[in-house]
Amino acid sequence: MIVTLLSGDRPRSPLLTLILLAILAGLALAPFLFPGVRSLETAARICIFIVLVASYDLLLGYTGIVSFAHTMFFGLGAYGVALASEHIGRGFGALAVGTVAGAVAAALLAMVIGLFSLRVRAIFFAMITLAVASAVAVLVSQLSQITGGEDGLNYRIPRELTPAFRWGGKLFDVNLNGKLLNYYLVFFCSLGLFLLMLRIVNSPFGRVLQAIRENDFRAEAIGYRVVRYRVAATCISAAVAALAGSLFAVWLRYVGPDTTLSFEIMLDILLMVVIGGMGTMYGAVVGATLFVLAQNYLQNLMGLASGATEGVPVVSDLLDPDRWLLWLGVLFILSVYFFPTGIVGRLRAGR
Amino acid sequence: MTVPLLETQDLSVRFGGHVAVDAVTCAFRAGELTAIVGPNGAGKTTYFNLISGQIPASAGRVLLDGRDITRTPVAARCRLGLGRAFQLTNLFPDLTVLENVRLVIQAHRGRGFSIFSLADAQREVTEAAEAVIDRVRLTPLISQKVSELSHGNQRKLEVALLIALDPRVYMFDEPTAGMSVDEAPVVLDLIAELKAESDRTILLVEHKMDVIRTLADRIIVLHNGKLAADGKPAEVMASDVVQEAYMGKELEDV
Ligand SMILES: Nc1ncnc2c1ncn2[C@@H]1O[C@H](COP(=O)(O)OP(=O)(O)OP(=O)(O)O)[C@@H](O)[C@H]1O
Ligand SMILES: [Mg+2]
Repeated sequence: MIVTLLSGDRPRSPLLTLILLAILAGLALAPFLFPGVRSLETAARICIFIVLVASYDLLLGYTGIVSFAHTMFFGLGAYGVALASEHIGRGFGALAVGTVAGAVAAALLAMVIGLFSLRVRAIFFAMITLAVASAVAVLVSQLSQITGGEDGLNYRIPRELTPAFRWGGKLFDVNLNGKLLNYYLVFFCSLGLFLLMLRIVNSPFGRVLQAIRENDFRAEAIGYRVVRYRVAATCISAAVAALAGSLFAVWLRYVGPDTTLSFEIMLDILLMVVIGGMGTMYGAVVGATLFVLAQNYLQNLMGLASGATEGVPVVSDLLDPDRWLLWLGVLFILSVYFFPTGIVGRLRAGR
Repeated sequence: MTVPLLETQDLSVRFGGHVAVDAVTCAFRAGELTAIVGPNGAGKTTYFNLISGQIPASAGRVLLDGRDITRTPVAARCRLGLGRAFQLTNLFPDLTVLENVRLVIQAHRGRGFSIFSLADAQREVTEAAEAVIDRVRLTPLISQKVSELSHGNQRKLEVALLIALDPRVYMFDEPTAGMSVDEAPVVLDLIAELKAESDRTILLVEHKMDVIRTLADRIIVLHNGKLAADGKPAEVMASDVVQEAYMGKELEDV
């Protein structure tokens, strides 16, 4: 049963199994285990980034395609929900319309970009995605009447998903309110989407993608039309990224260029895939969890460390919370140096 | 007269100023094993590349069943029945032996776009793949990653991928190149078996004359990209062209 859910793709390492179970349990019970607004925000973010990173892994790790437009697709889903909620009005109908429209738009745009550039060379695709993503980011900030520009959009989501909606008393000291429902919406949708991705990479289609990554020349010679597969993978990946974006929009009740479209997020996604382990899917889970945790709590940790080392001149300076990006960079370099195949690759090899 | 299965008409390709294949006109009938010989750089591999479509022709035509496929893309030619094994091993290194072969069988059955089923659950595909792997004697290594195989075993797998394709025309490009003396017979016996099965059309680029003598129904000689000789093995081997074009090097060495 569980193996079927995982599409037969077992973690293949006891330690990895343990880590994955811990992450699953942590996310499933987050509202109860880690009460507080901030930790719930972090948990929801982890869920959404797992999906986003997994969809990027389908492209980078499984098909061997480098794209810089993944946040653009993420943003399409998010703006879809935002715009639908604003124009259709508050309601689940608007969420559904926005989500579907975002995913379809993402898939179509991916298809156009793919058909246009994947025929030529992989590097050309990377450049085109970079250009299109930058153009879209500029467009979104320019068209402020529609998109809210740099300020982004605030909109109302169904009352059932907000803290104001109370449907019970308390359970283990946790308010049974709409925010909790919203979290579980995010959690279960993310879980479903992740399992879907796992299914796709273990399907006959997924095997062809790996073959293309390994040797596109031979894949073509045994009868696969490589361009079609690359385009299909790009579309699926874009659509799933858009769905993750929609979840993000439902959760945050706000979209803006910085939270969905920025190039920084694109880099974060790249780092998460690489740290976790490309071409493994589970790498997305481990990478996203570690990275989001580090992003959210490294500063606190450093604040503590810096306080503790106060008086030691250089050290406390280096540990100043403002230097957290530097340390994130150091962590990244170390992890790539010690785990070139990512954490999952390392765990699997070290059996 | 019946239409030949495969035919090239004035087929040429030019790389810069160098004409690697020069107006080769040749027909291959179904059920025939044709050996293609010629010194290094004669254009044998390039001739294959033109037939299977990896390199576009500068001039001339390739016909399959009398139908012009000169502009048909590689994958489509493969599905029309042109199967190719490569001189330089050309596999999926990070996947296992089984997965390599399964990919071919899955392609053959048009399963590549099934997205929600499980690859490992396609029992007929796996069984067919296992049968092919058995034929090339790689069963003990079936779950090994290809990158971990010896050169000889990679060559066997290269042949296995072609057999799994079950094409109408088999193109072998020096299938035993670099194999040890005890490994080569596995591949050669297999080609002999294929030949014995009815109606297989086989093109074989091979340097070893004793192999050609026992296997070939016909020999064509390429020299400087041109078709220099074409006929029964005994005739061609005795002819001056072969003595000069192919054995030339060996004669000089004497
Ligand atoms: N893509 C290419 N671009 C430029 N020149 C090429 C290309 N492919 C082949 N050639 C040239 O064409 C000629 C024929 O090469 P080819 O590989 O077909 O020879 P061959 O008969 O297969 O030789 P061998 O026995 O060494 O395999 C050589 O001179 C080679 O350098
Ligand atoms: Mg050659």
